[in-house]
Amino acid sequence: MNKKIYLITGDRKGIGRSLSEYYLSKGHLVIGCSRSGSDLVHKNYDHKICDVADENAVKYLVLFIRKKHKRIDVLINNAGMASMNHILTTPVITFQKLVDTNFKGTFLFIREGSKIMRKNGGCIINFSTVASPLNLEGEAIYASTKAAIEKLTKISAHELSSFNIRVNCIGPTPVLTDLIKAVPKNKIEKLLSSQAIKRLGRFDDVKNVINFYCSEKSNFITGQTIFLGGV
Amino acid sequence: MEKNEKIINFLEEFLTEELDETIKLSLDSKLFGGGGPLDSMALVTLIVELEEFLEDEYNVNITLADEKAMSRRTSPFSRVSYLIDYLNEKINNE
Repeated sequence: MNKKIYLITGDRKGIGRSLSEYYLSKGHLVIGCSRSGSDLVHKNYDHKICDVADENAVKYLVLFIRKKHKRIDVLINNAGMASMNHILTTPVITFQKLVDTNFKGTFLFIREGSKIMRKNGGCIINFSTVASPLNLEGEAIYASTKAAIEKLTKISAHELSSFNIRVNCIGPTPVLTDLIKAVPKNKIEKLLSSQAIKRLGRFDDVKNVINFYCSEKSNFITGQTIFLGGV
Repeated sequence: MEKNEKIINFLEEFLTEELDETIKLSLDSKLFGGGGPLDSMALVTLIVELEEFLEDEYNVNITLADEKAMSRRTSPFSRVSYLIDYLNEKINNE
């Protein structure tokens, strides 16, 4: 089997954790990061504490990977935060945290990750959300940061294609993680009713799209965003 | 080997590979803009490779394309001597 090197941000829990465990189970090497330590232990796993919005921390993490592994094959920009609030009552600090973690973090990892990916090519996966195309009330800032990530995906796909780096994006529906635990049940029901397929997303749905993007056979696919659930 | 000489060697190797011909540089040699041999994509690659070179040679982890460098009246990437000055400045400030 072709052992690949995955860098997965925000993998202490939720989708990121599930992805790390999955790719480790497939025999790949995984480097994960999050703002606090991880209890995931595996011989092929390294975890670093890293705030994705901290430029120096991101640079040192990528330097660590370059020194140890020489390359990154797949970068999964999973780290993100959500916050529901009416725009009239959204504090600036919340706005800033969302922009920093979701948009700036994705940008920094694309920039630094691509610097070592450019020698062997690679695959970058970013995370949007169905809240972006659905224009969900209460998610103006969160959805806007994700819409920005979709645009970042498209343009960086163009700029990085000459380095054989493909950049794509996935827009999951709600998946049962901490990210949506504070969202009222009726809001989730309403959201699900606007999907073509009316159910919560599963980790496997996300893995399936990522595997599709990273497949050798998908070498003509870049700059795309796939939304789950028929949104 | 002296630091400046190492940087010039690095630049010569980079340009030789990039332009597919043997390149010899002096401090006055142009690099980017105003008749320099680098196009904008080659400059991007040079900046990334220079960052790696500085990490490996001098153990400094810096971002060369910072706002200050990009807004200077005279680009540090326009000429070999300007680039050497700029790199020394970055290394010393690290």
